[in-house]
Amino acid sequence: MRTTVDGAGPRVGGRESARGVPWRELAARHGALVVLLLVVAVAGAVLDGFLAPGNLNRIAVSASFLAVIALGMTFVIITGGIDLSVGTVFALGGVLAAWASRYGELALMAVPLAVCGLIGLLNGVLIARARLAPFITTLATMLGAWGLMLSVSDEGNTTYLVADGLALSALVHGKLFGVLGYPFLLVVAVFVMGGLVLRRTTVGQHVYAVGGNERTAALMGVPVARTRIAVYTFSGLCAGTAGALNAVWLGSGVTIFGIGTELQAISAVVIGGTLLTGGYGFVGSTLVGVLLLGVIQNVINAVGSLTSAFQEVVSGLFLITVVLVQRRLSRGRDPG
Amino acid sequence: MTVPVLGTRGLTKRFPGVLALDGVDFELLPGEAHALVGENGAGKSTLIKVLTGVYQPDGGELRHHGEPARFATPLHAQRAGIATIYQEVDLLPLLSVARNLYLGREPKRFGLIDFARMHRDAARTLADYGVDVDVRRPLGTLSMGARQMVALARAVSARARVVIMDEPTSSLEPREVETLFGVIERLRGEGVAVVYVSHRLDELYRVCDRVTVLRDGRLVHRGAMADLERLRLVSLMLGRDMERVEREGATTFSGDREAWSGTPALEAEGLGARHRLHDVSLTVRPGEVVGLGGLLGSGRTETVKAIAGALPLDAGRVSVVGVPLRTGSTAAAIRAGVSLLPEDRKHEGIVPGLSIRENIALAAMPGLSRFGLVSERAVDRVVERFMERLRIKAVGPHQKVEELSGGNQQKVLLARWLALEPRVLLLDEPTRGIDVGAKAEVQRLVDELAEEGLAVLLVSSDLEELVEGADRVVVLRDGAVAGELVGDEVTEDSLLTAIARGGGEP
Amino acid sequence: MNLTLRGRPRVDREHVLLWMRDYGVYVGVALVVLFNVAFTPHFLTFENFRTQAVQVAPVLIVALGMALVIATGGIDLSVGSVMALSAAMISLYLGYGPLVAVLVAVGVGALAGAANGVLVAFAGVQAIIVTLAMMIGGRGLALVLLPQLDGVRNPDLRELGSGSFLAVPYVVWIAALLVAVVAFLVRRSVFGRRLVAVGGNRRAAELSGLPVRRVLLGVYALSGALAAVAGVLVTARLQAADPNSVGVLIELSAITAVVVGGTPLTGGRVRIAGTVAGAVLMQLLVATLIKHDLPPSWTQMAQTAVIIGAVYLARDRGRT
Repeated sequence: MRTTVDGAGPRVGGRESARGVPWRELAARHGALVVLLLVVAVAGAVLDGFLAPGNLNRIAVSASFLAVIALGMTFVIITGGIDLSVGTVFALGGVLAAWASRYGELALMAVPLAVCGLIGLLNGVLIARARLAPFITTLATMLGAWGLMLSVSDEGNTTYLVADGLALSALVHGKLFGVLGYPFLLVVAVFVMGGLVLRRTTVGQHVYAVGGNERTAALMGVPVARTRIAVYTFSGLCAGTAGALNAVWLGSGVTIFGIGTELQAISAVVIGGTLLTGGYGFVGSTLVGVLLLGVIQNVINAVGSLTSAFQEVVSGLFLITVVLVQRRLSRGRDPG
Repeated sequence: MTVPVLGTRGLTKRFPGVLALDGVDFELLPGEAHALVGENGAGKSTLIKVLTGVYQPDGGELRHHGEPARFATPLHAQRAGIATIYQEVDLLPLLSVARNLYLGREPKRFGLIDFARMHRDAARTLADYGVDVDVRRPLGTLSMGARQMVALARAVSARARVVIMDEPTSSLEPREVETLFGVIERLRGEGVAVVYVSHRLDELYRVCDRVTVLRDGRLVHRGAMADLERLRLVSLMLGRDMERVEREGATTFSGDREAWSGTPALEAEGLGARHRLHDVSLTVRPGEVVGLGGLLGSGRTETVKAIAGALPLDAGRVSVVGVPLRTGSTAAAIRAGVSLLPEDRKHEGIVPGLSIRENIALAAMPGLSRFGLVSERAVDRVVERFMERLRIKAVGPHQKVEELSGGNQQKVLLARWLALEPRVLLLDEPTRGIDVGAKAEVQRLVDELAEEGLAVLLVSSDLEELVEGADRVVVLRDGAVAGELVGDEVTEDSLLTAIARGGGEP
Repeated sequence: MNLTLRGRPRVDREHVLLWMRDYGVYVGVALVVLFNVAFTPHFLTFENFRTQAVQVAPVLIVALGMALVIATGGIDLSVGSVMALSAAMISLYLGYGPLVAVLVAVGVGALAGAANGVLVAFAGVQAIIVTLAMMIGGRGLALVLLPQLDGVRNPDLRELGSGSFLAVPYVVWIAALLVAVVAFLVRRSVFGRRLVAVGGNRRAAELSGLPVRRVLLGVYALSGALAAVAGVLVTARLQAADPNSVGVLIELSAITAVVVGGTPLTGGRVRIAGTVAGAVLMQLLVATLIKHDLPPSWTQMAQTAVIIGAVYLARDRGRT
């Protein structure tokens, strides 16, 4: 006996019989992009000079460092975890890069990457092997990274300057065709790579699987612990890279920078549409989330009468609205 | 002679205080559909877990293709070609159908996943399983049936030689069930062995060639499905040898009570919930113990949950002492005097980290407090009273509930509900998984409570308990009332028949 | 089967770990105190105790609310921002008198907490993301209302922040009183019993007819109110409302105090005495390191070690 149900019998297939991605899925995936375009359109129409290349480039470049951090955070959140240490790791990376810049460009990048990668690795091992909760573990290593940063910077009393005349410095401040800053191009490149890894490699599938359901993933042959360790290490590396580039951009390793950046990164990831519960998310939407935060900040700065504090109010409201909408959408995702 | 693809010999598995499997022999031939049946606690799921590497046996041996084998983890078993399809499908609902199907063995091109091919192949594979959907959609948007088919397709395309299906049809539409049967037929044609676990007897007879019946961790029967009469199958499962039925009762129920009349304490009318309950009606009078019988999955738990407001209803109404109750609210049910002792003690009953005292007082708190402050003396009084009456054995009222034995945990929960002084008591498998002494005590208590005028609805898989404890038994089957036995009709014999055939009068 | 204890016989090591989970924080406090008595000059002076107590008070008050939230299985990241809101309210409403200002501040704090509670309990959004949004938006709102540091010159408030009764600062009295109130609430009130049950087994709590959502709402509102009180005290002590920096990172100190005090992040338990000890331990640890001229970097790393140790002890062992 061989039973097949043809296209006319949609019961086996679920609710929608139409082919193609249902609108809920589209809204969850591209909602942030629509909002971004809307905000840009409105701001362009209302504010003079908003759409000027210089201004747009300013938004893009200043969002670059957060974007790199948020990329690592996206991977972590898709596995169902969280990384609170990235803000201070970012600051630490900057201080280390500035300190190491006297030994040349290689050291400038290698030292922060090594140290920040190790902190990420430590997070990963504690979470995946010792099975500690990600929230509290990364909170602890956040304090640890802070301590490390203070001890490197002579208890915060020394601000290392990035050595002069580095080619990297010219690169970070450079613009393609005199318009688009290289840091943002780098971000685009990194995100394309990140997207490829996440969507088109086995490792990426593992990341989704671990976040979807750890036990199921293990049953499907996914190396759960190794995947966890990898994403936290990657997150540490991203934060370190962002810190190093930021130091080059600023010309010094500023110690107070970066506190609270982890919260901005988490907001950007969630606003983009990645679920904090894990198993669902995209790197592209994270970039949209980062840009959205950047645009809001830029607009509020441009409107003279509003203080920058307004931006935080808007971001907070935005965040909660997005999550509420997501909940509504995902309720439809699970047929009774 | 064919070599069994999978088998066990003298398999033993022990848990603290329980012998879950006691020398079980099991044998699965290539290309057969093998029914594995037994009531709760019979050892079915333990056996499945040993076969799939979740548990390691304590004794006896596991044989794979005739060779002794050992599966250290579920993954090892899977790699050896043994796949399990659970009723709650173990896939990743947020990932696309195709990704779920190919996770871990994605087709690659230039080192990257080749989506075009993956989607094409996935669509083609699933078409064989009667699933015609856009494979790019998240798996979670599919119906349960389609999800199960995806799980099945995944298992088979990973070259499974054994597929274990645990209650595969429990959440399927009739049409999906037909598709599933078609697929099973095809798998058998390809030499895949299927272990089929279900409580729906019709399905077992339709699909399976052979049957293994377990009870209390022991093998009680193995043979061809067609040779086993339906009534005999049920009696094997429930452990009631037909000849022994007349034997003296072994429970501590006192026997018949006076018939009560007057307004029913509980009236449920036309309860309906999608897939689970269809037009279930019943009444319980004060002082009456009404049994709710049926096999696992027949809707007994759903019925009591619906009455207690813990299961949303699509249809029907519930009244307590003639007063209609707002359904779907546990608080409203409790206020009206309905108490439910849930079946799942661990997840729905105890709060493990709290003391016996706190657990008992939990629901009755409003009555034991004034102005939002708990009256310790009132709590002490209640706790003392019930710990004594129910003979809860513990170091003291401040011992944590998680440290108690199952029987004592159950008594603590009973105390929680009795402290509310309910009019209607719903007991869902009150004596399952507890030791003999506690069991007898709980049964005696139910008797006493009914004497005191409480209306009791008793769900039990233990026929003896139903026959001797209940004045009347309502039998459910596939979520609907299949019959009712009253007074002298309530015998194990007639119960067996009613459960097996689904009719009150045989 | 009398007195059947669950599972296999417990190994001694397991026993020690469990004991350490519950009482390790007190051992820690005792060790730090002993060390100081032996090696720190002027440790056993009243003046020193007074300073330590004043410093720990705001964290302690916030940690009380945090302990309740964590007991329900949630988390409250917004406490620092609620402190900022409360400071802004003090500054804005001082014109109506100090009492009105304080009441408004605490009321707004409770309201902000209730907003968290509504989203957690009724909309079913994760606590971490709700309170993160409140953390970001709350401080922003405080800064919109009061853009920069504003001196608060009021004799009553100054007295509240710096004055003493029986040689003990008011701030410490208030913290002690709140500890007593919260401890009483947890031990004696219906609300206190219920919140632990909700964290311990939410399904069982629902089936037992508990008003689970109302309990959650109340817990978050209480956490907001307590944070607002801390905001008032800090403002009174500084004699300035500083929405920019008041309460920054206090959520971390509060969570640390709760976790080190033996309340697991998974909920179902609450330990007020442990939380107090946790806050005191972290305070004394930092003070000790500073007194012995160890740089701040050491304090951070020491805190890291203590938190990881505490979490390691508290992790769910043997449960599957």
